Amino acid sequence: MSVSSTHAPCEELLLTRETPVQRRRVRAAWLFLTPMLLCLALVAAWPLLRTFWFSLTDANLADTGGGTFIGFSNYLFHNGSSWSGILVDPQWWNAVRNTLHFTVVSVGLEVVLGLLVALLLNIKFTGRSLVRALILIPWAIPTIVSAKIWSWMLNDQFGIINHLMLSLGLIDAPLAWTADADLSMWAVIIVDVWKTVPFVTLLMLAALQMLPNDCYEAARVDGIHPLKVFWRVTLPLLMPALLVAAIFRILDSLRVFDVIYVLTSNSSSTMSMSVYARQHLVEFQDVGYGSAASTLLFLVVAVIALLYLYLGRRQLEVRS
Amino acid sequence: MIKLKLDNVNKQLGGARILRDVSLEIAAGEFVVFVGPSGCGKSTLLRLIAGLDSICGGDLLIDGRRVNDLEPRERGVGMVFQSYALYPHMSVYDNISFGLKLAKTEKTSLRERVLKTAQILQLDKLLQRKPKELSGGQRQRVAMGRAMAREPDILLFDEPLSNLDASLRVQMRNEIARLHDRLGSTMIYVTHDQVEAMTLADKIVVLNGGRVEQVGSPRELYERPASRFVAGFLGSPRMNFLPVRLQTPGETSLVNTLVWGITSLPFDSSNLAAGTQLTLGIRPEHVSLKAAEGTAGVVVTAVEYLGSETYVHLDTRLDEPLICRCEVSAGWQAGDRVELLLDIDNLHLFDADGAALSRHPHAIETLPDGVPLRSARASAL
Repeated sequence: MSVSSTHAPCEELLLTRETPVQRRRVRAAWLFLTPMLLCLALVAAWPLLRTFWFSLTDANLADTGGGTFIGFSNYLFHNGSSWSGILVDPQWWNAVRNTLHFTVVSVGLEVVLGLLVALLLNIKFTGRSLVRALILIPWAIPTIVSAKIWSWMLNDQFGIINHLMLSLGLIDAPLAWTADADLSMWAVIIVDVWKTVPFVTLLMLAALQMLPNDCYEAARVDGIHPLKVFWRVTLPLLMPALLVAAIFRILDSLRVFDVIYVLTSNSSSTMSMSVYARQHLVEFQDVGYGSAASTLLFLVVAVIALLYLYLGRRQLEVRS
Repeated sequence: MIKLKLDNVNKQLGGARILRDVSLEIAAGEFVVFVGPSGCGKSTLLRLIAGLDSICGGDLLIDGRRVNDLEPRERGVGMVFQSYALYPHMSVYDNISFGLKLAKTEKTSLRERVLKTAQILQLDKLLQRKPKELSGGQRQRVAMGRAMAREPDILLFDEPLSNLDASLRVQMRNEIARLHDRLGSTMIYVTHDQVEAMTLADKIVVLNGGRVEQVGSPRELYERPASRFVAGFLGSPRMNFLPVRLQTPGETSLVNTLVWGITSLPFDSSNLAAGTQLTLGIRPEHVSLKAAEGTAGVVVTAVEYLGSETYVHLDTRLDEPLICRCEVSAGWQAGDRVELLLDIDNLHLFDADGAALSRHPHAIETLPDGVPLRSARASAL
């Protein structure tokens, strides 16, 4: 009894008391972290807080400092008879819908195609390293450039895509890829998938090369069908990398701007949250309103990212 | 009954010849161990048998059927990998049953099979665990269970114990031996550990540079090595080798031991020329010592105490010391002068290419009486 009673405080003491070595380590850790924290504060926290502040004012682009504080009126405002503000703007909700639509379809396609290409490139064949390098080209071209290239290829009169499809007899008349409301979202998705599949492929390929080779040999000796091996061994083992690739792509897609703006400008059928924010900030010169849209965009991205990370981690925990 | 036959099997990999004309017969139920230094081709040979690598030349027959071009699953083999190769995300049960599901075995019998296998390997309490929650020995058992559960005719082991610590290795070695007795299946086992080879094997295949050096029971290989390589590879501390020159060839050979003068040895050297360089081999346990008087004999340079025995190093005025395995009670110390007694029954003589000279059956009687003898048939050098 006496042993245990003296034991507990002793342990507590050991846990709480910092030795000089520990103190030195903590100091060193802070020393190394400080530049990074300063950087983050400068390039992330400050713009974010400033944008949030603008969103509470009626500042305009000509004179950003001249705005007055108007509270949350940019978000939601009741003037006695009707509601106004972003949260009741059908254009905003249209942009949210477009962005989600774009994100789900393009990320879905990118992950599936990226995985398929990675599986192909994981097979040994002559010239594999050359193909691996070549496949990165779409990812290496700046989006503005590649979107412009595609915009010409998709041009309804002079575009090569229409020309090819016409001569193959797939269509009777040229399609207005970027102007047609039903087609433009697909055009945007095709271009984005073309550009970012290499990125997913690269991540998947790295993960594939980490997989234990001997497991596949064991499966071969045991005569397990390759498809079963894929579903039961490869895919579960790739899941962590797949989730990482997907979250990267989801976050990028939720903020999508350049590909949509270059291909379809401000068309409402493809307008994303970022395009909406830019329109208000730059074209309508309404910095307050645009900042409010940006802040909401940030919130949507943050909520989805946190939810995804939480669910992803829980799923991984269940699996392991 | 011949279960597996290798007929002049060759394997080339990017210009390098990994295996050269390997021919071998393995009987049903036999425990065969492939042993050799790293890079000798033993693992490659096992992978060829499993079907994980393809054969470049020669034939591989299982039950009399040529299986060169068959997929691993069609060969009826199971394999235990050095790294265990367990599926990291699956439980022990799933790891064992994964390969079974395909066989369209009924659900109940599948479960029974897994449970039976688990029971044999004492895994029944671990079935729901993931590989990372198991110790090295347990993982090893799961790997064996997975290979066994399909009840293959031939079980292949690729250095299965090399990732375990020493005591666990001894324990698992015994378990594998028991398993072989119990299952009675043909087992082929690759190792670089000569103790595993000696203790487990019915038949040892010593490989060197892609060639089979010698095939035989552990005892045959240890007592009558066919080559200097086999003689030096098996046994620890390894066999002592002394350069000697052939003085007079014949059914018994008169050799000049360079160190101790000329002596007659019971080996047939009729087809060799006088003056040929030979190597005399003697295992440390076949050398005995007695105290020398005055300045006679050789000097003890070092004594290694191992508890159960001591290794006495002797200065033979050659590059390497001669090592002698002695009882602790003999109490030899560095600086002592000793005379050597070599057991003539256990001497080995190798030609310049390392091949063992054949022992002359009647030579022993014709030996001249040596001076101090260890036994009736021992000679002092």
